[in-house]
Amino acid sequence: MAQAAIELIGINKSFGAVRANRDINLEIARGTIHGIVGENGAGKSTLMSILYGFYQADSGEIRVGGQPASIKTPNDAIALGIGMVHQHFMLVDNFSVLENIILGAESDALLKRSIAKARSELDRLEREYGLEVDPDAIIEELPVGLQQRVEILKALYRGAEILILDEPTGVLTPAEADHLFRILGQLKEQGKTVVLITHKLREIMAITDTVSVMRQGTMVATRETKKTTVEELAELMVGRRVLLRVEKGEADAGAVKLAVKNLTVKDTRGVTMVDDISFDIRAGEIVGIAGVAGNGQSELLEAISGIRHAVSGSVMLDGKPIDLTGAADPGELRDRGLAHVPEDRHHVGLVLAFEENENSILGYHDDPRYLKGPFLNIDAIRNDAKDKIAKYDIRPADCRLKTANFSGGNQQKIVLAREMEQDPGVLIVGQPTRGVDVGAIEFIHKRLIAMRDQGKAVLVVSVELDEIRSLSDRILVMFAGRIVGERGPEATEGELGLLMAGVEHQEAAQ
Amino acid sequence: MDVFNAIVQTLDSTIRLSVPLLLACLAGLYSERAGIFDIGLEGKMLVGAFAGAAAASVFHSAFLGLGMAILISVAFAMVHGFASITHRGNQIVSGVAINFIAAGSTIILGQAWFQQGGRTPALQPGERFEAITWPGADAIHDVPIIGPIYAELLSGHSILVYLAFLMVPFTWWVLFRTRFGLRLRAVGENPAAVDTAGISVAWLRYRALICTGVLTGIAGAYLSMVQNGGFVKDMTAGKGYIALAALIFAKWKPVNAMFACLLFGFLDAAAIRLQGSPLPIIGKVPVQFMQALPYILTVILLAGFIGKAIPPRAGGVPYVKER
Repeated sequence: MAQAAIELIGINKSFGAVRANRDINLEIARGTIHGIVGENGAGKSTLMSILYGFYQADSGEIRVGGQPASIKTPNDAIALGIGMVHQHFMLVDNFSVLENIILGAESDALLKRSIAKARSELDRLEREYGLEVDPDAIIEELPVGLQQRVEILKALYRGAEILILDEPTGVLTPAEADHLFRILGQLKEQGKTVVLITHKLREIMAITDTVSVMRQGTMVATRETKKTTVEELAELMVGRRVLLRVEKGEADAGAVKLAVKNLTVKDTRGVTMVDDISFDIRAGEIVGIAGVAGNGQSELLEAISGIRHAVSGSVMLDGKPIDLTGAADPGELRDRGLAHVPEDRHHVGLVLAFEENENSILGYHDDPRYLKGPFLNIDAIRNDAKDKIAKYDIRPADCRLKTANFSGGNQQKIVLAREMEQDPGVLIVGQPTRGVDVGAIEFIHKRLIAMRDQGKAVLVVSVELDEIRSLSDRILVMFAGRIVGERGPEATEGELGLLMAGVEHQEAAQ
Repeated sequence: MDVFNAIVQTLDSTIRLSVPLLLACLAGLYSERAGIFDIGLEGKMLVGAFAGAAAASVFHSAFLGLGMAILISVAFAMVHGFASITHRGNQIVSGVAINFIAAGSTIILGQAWFQQGGRTPALQPGERFEAITWPGADAIHDVPIIGPIYAELLSGHSILVYLAFLMVPFTWWVLFRTRFGLRLRAVGENPAAVDTAGISVAWLRYRALICTGVLTGIAGAYLSMVQNGGFVKDMTAGKGYIALAALIFAKWKPVNAMFACLLFGFLDAAAIRLQGSPLPIIGKVPVQFMQALPYILTVILLAGFIGKAIPPRAGGVPYVKER
């Protein structure tokens, strides 16, 4: 086996009472792609942040290239040839590509000379690794795939030999992800070492040489990728057997519950985000909307749920129109049986500083069940919250706890419980399992299918293709604000991926 | 010719009145571009004015006065930094506190040291910054058009006036042509990017605040040692706030800042000029209205006449490493 690029020995790290990393041992071989998988909060990112000098380990040793290393700041890590591509890009949006690349690694006190030097160096890197990007483009005008490329170039410009990527494909289309994997393959061929942190097991299987699994702060296993399976990895991650694909029967679609007709929505800058969209959702079916983030799905959801104005078109709920021009009152829509689980639960779905029981009635707080005269009926609210906690297995089971202290998966369950328990006729769900652990995903999917089987109309918008394919009875693909295709649940990933990338759409237009 | 002279004189006082605004505005530009809101420009100017006049009067040296003004103003900037960078406090609260401390302490110390009701002793020649007369200014003073422009408008200001206007291209150069400027702008937009690039966010922001302190110190010294012959209580009279308005108006750009400050300076100068003299058509305008005009205009301009002003994205938010 090749010499180890990085060895971590007995790493411990605690944040207050939480032990994020316990006694971690890990060896990453030079010139390989090493995957690290685990649920949210398993300690993957903490471990990598320790390696990159963002945090200090409480105890333990790091060796780089066989030598004990003291990494106290990102500067130390950079000097040792460690580069990191963060999940949320560390780029200055209104700077050019070149300015971002030289930031912190300027060769001269004056920018002109630094930029000139970087320009020629960048040119060399681009040719060597096939990472083309316009050096003078402004970051915020680039698509995310290219922004990520800038992050990779930034690390290479600093002479990175070991590249850590934290959840790199979350924001990419399948095609962009494939391109990224080709780049990583190329880096490996050039002798670089790549560490890939992800929760997507499919990616691990596709690209890594070795994979390590973390659970609750410990390293539970390291396997050669060739000799393991997705099922084994999932079981190692969660600590029990999980169903990766929910079982469901045939849909028994009934009457049209929600009819969207020629809907057009613009964003605040006046750009058309939803362009003349029409579709129906019937009782007892789940309709999934697939698409790369930013193709109008968010605006579509917001228009239907009454948060955003529509420019034209109509939406009928149970055969009666929704007022789209004055921004329909979401409260009125709730009364009419339309429940909405927003995409961004932190900003739209929950007030994180509130107690769990307060969040579990938010938006329904005018319901007489929760009132005593003009006052809130605290006892009724708390009992109601306790019922939901039991039914949805929300942990910890404490309705007085501040919502911010729940994990992402449990926060999502709080929102889902609130909306589903109102027994709505139509349920609209944005990104039902974003940032949610494998175990909780299974639970949420089962609940959504149970809703369908009770004869509700369910609309699911998700950027996770697997999720769309396993939940939906019909799949609509959105690209550039339009629905570019409708497929059944049997559609292949490749087929949907092409639609999502707008390939078929562009060919048809030509 | 009378009209022409009146115009030249108004423009001349426009320059004099915009200098403290300009220095304070550029001071704010350094800190806000680095992501630190600084509502304490007013207070730092005030302590600078007091320290400058007091030191100049005690040590009989204008330059020692200027040095002391800068020193004390930087010290106050560091207090703001300690509260808002090191301890991640609320930047507005810290700035307001600095303004109150400045307003109170200058009067108390002034009374304790000089017993003149919070004033400092009137500065003698040599303790103030005198006007610099450009070569040949007297000779061509009577040449029509060019004479007054050269002799009145360009020549005859103190060194601090020229320094203030030179700070405009200098600030532009620092921000957009140097490594320090690149990092300073970056830390005001996305401090996490700066941190992960291996640069200390706190040290960078402290350095930005030092720049702010130096400039507010000069602005204060200008007020008490050039415009006035000594310190008078509350002599900044809201200029620090007007400078902040000018900064927004200028969209955080140095050259724009100069024009914004000249505009506010001009309104001030016009208000003084037109006091009591009737205007055509409108007739006599109350003094109070003219004095309020710069502020009214600020509200109107900020309310929508300047297009969307996008502040530095990380402005006002203390940097905390994400878990």
